[in-house]
Amino acid sequence: MSILVDKNTRLVVQGFTGREGTFHSEQMIEYGTEVVAGVTPGKGGTKHLDRPVFNTVADAVSDEGANTAVIFVPPAFAADAILEAAEAGIKVIVCITEGIPAGDMIDVYHYVHRKGAHLVGPNCPGVLTPGAAKVGIMPAMIFSEGSIGVVSRSGTLTYEAVDQLTRDGFGQSTAVGIGGDPIIGTRFVDALRLFEADGETEAVVMIGEIGGTAEEEAAEYIKEKMTKPVFAFIAGATAPPGRRMGHAGAIIAGGKGTAEDKFAALGEAGATVVKNPALIGATVKEHLATA
Amino acid sequence: MKLHEYQAKQILASAGVNTQPGVVAETVEEAVAVARKLHEQNGNDLFVVKAQIHAGGRGKGGGVKLAEGVDGVREKADAILGMMLKTHQTGPEGQKVRKVLIADAVDIEKEYYVGVTLDRQTNMNVIMVSTEGGVEIEKVAEDTPEKILKEYVDPAIGLRSFQARKLAFGLGFEGAALKQASKFISLLYKAFVDNDCTLAEINPLVLTKQGDVQAIDAKISIDDNALFRHGDLTALRDIHEEDPLEVEASEYGLNYVKLDGNVGCMVNGAGLAMATMDIIKLAGGEPANFLDVGGGASAETVEAGFRIILKDRSVKAILVNIFGGIVRCDRVATGVVEAANNVKIAVPLIVRLQGTNAEEGQRILQESGLKIETAILFREAADKVNAALEELAV
Repeated sequence: MSILVDKNTRLVVQGFTGREGTFHSEQMIEYGTEVVAGVTPGKGGTKHLDRPVFNTVADAVSDEGANTAVIFVPPAFAADAILEAAEAGIKVIVCITEGIPAGDMIDVYHYVHRKGAHLVGPNCPGVLTPGAAKVGIMPAMIFSEGSIGVVSRSGTLTYEAVDQLTRDGFGQSTAVGIGGDPIIGTRFVDALRLFEADGETEAVVMIGEIGGTAEEEAAEYIKEKMTKPVFAFIAGATAPPGRRMGHAGAIIAGGKGTAEDKFAALGEAGATVVKNPALIGATVKEHLATA
Repeated sequence: MKLHEYQAKQILASAGVNTQPGVVAETVEEAVAVARKLHEQNGNDLFVVKAQIHAGGRGKGGGVKLAEGVDGVREKADAILGMMLKTHQTGPEGQKVRKVLIADAVDIEKEYYVGVTLDRQTNMNVIMVSTEGGVEIEKVAEDTPEKILKEYVDPAIGLRSFQARKLAFGLGFEGAALKQASKFISLLYKAFVDNDCTLAEINPLVLTKQGDVQAIDAKISIDDNALFRHGDLTALRDIHEEDPLEVEASEYGLNYVKLDGNVGCMVNGAGLAMATMDIIKLAGGEPANFLDVGGGASAETVEAGFRIILKDRSVKAILVNIFGGIVRCDRVATGVVEAANNVKIAVPLIVRLQGTNAEEGQRILQESGLKIETAILFREAADKVNAALEELAV
């Protein structure tokens, strides 16, 4: 068990033959991910990285049984790529692309939801289940197999957390980078729900940041439904209001979305709040080793 | 990307939204000419002269003046153009006024608020209205949330007439004004979507004594991610409103935000960059900036980053924090050494490299002959920042 991706993942890469698509597909294959096909409109019928290339996602589904898609398509075309994957019946869609207009994502979010698919991202590093599958761009060598679920809005900060966990002897069940955009397919609460239901996950490390109210929503869920321990860090306690901190969604607007509010909500909900990002692994160790 | 009021009004007017007539001017002569023309067109003798800066609170800061006749416009425009306008949203030194908007003064019967924005909780656009016009909407939301009416727009069907009507009724409009108000809301929403706005705010929307419903002020922000399909809007960027260091950083593809602290930082990734700012504070310093160098962290980008950080004279130490995932630490280290050699860095430099080939990266830094404190763990980096600050304090 694990969440979203595992040994049964049959991956189709959209934007397969581009520079990014090629590089990361090689890395995913090297990790042992079952990359079954690629899609590049106009290049159908050719081969790339020893895998068949199709013109459409639907062809990749019918010919190769693809059940998961990862998207490396430029921002102007990425919303269309997500819709195509959902329409073709793909149930787990991971969109790496950064810079998709929010207006496009409104339509995409609701369509994907209606199709009953999981969208992870956009503007995210992907999903990795150690020992089973890597879908996205996370650096594989920092991971180890284990029972800690990791969910984060950030890329490199996810790696930081995973690296600390591995060093402190805590492997991961699955790590999910949900992305830094205002509209994302999988929110904290969705990932927490999946981790709560996953038999292999024993505790969750959640890395939030300023902006929006997704962490507060997660706090509600933790309070009402979550039985597994949650450790939470929120980045941006020192960020000024009204300024966007890199991610499109990382902005304190109208006094809402501060790290302080989020820490408070999570603490009240019963999560273990980690205020120092260098002590994520150490805090997990302290609590789980004595439990 | 934020727009000026006059730019927002142009966009809205061309979308058919009823806005207060007015024209922008960059000199006193232009302002006078505009007033004459408005007088000829509309017969009005009372004007408003409004400073065009991005910050809010312009009226309180003295950037919005009523002017009688063409001579009044000359006098007020002369006073406002070139002034350093200070509001609660500008820095303490204020923002230089380079343009003024000359508009017909309006006889106001009642003021309202109308805003469109993206609601991150429902993933839908939301239209918000309130009878508390002229007041900051955040304050209304805080004090009297029941006075804000909202309509969410389902993307599958778009904004429907009944919703616009519901909002107009909710504001208490009647008769001909009701029709005008619901049309105003519908057209404003269309302009919001067509221009990929993240915010379109009319505060105040007014009902004039003559029974006209029009926008007196307008604030629009455009989604930066959508600028690729709006060449016309891209041209509306006003770099005078931005921090010069942030403009320079953006030319190198660096994401830099200037802050008030004493420890500069350079990081790959936005989340880790925020966490690095937080750890600087925990180590006893204050972050001087946010700086995301992106995935590559090449010698060129690192060098540009150093130069930009060091232009801020308050910087007393620099922390470089790179988590090398796909990018190898030995390569990043070589880049850091090359950049540090090219830029004279007179403040303590702490470099933390973690990830693939971290030890090799550390060795390159240590053997470079440069005065660099190195770290592999995030914790060690924080301790070294703390040590550097304590040494400076002695």
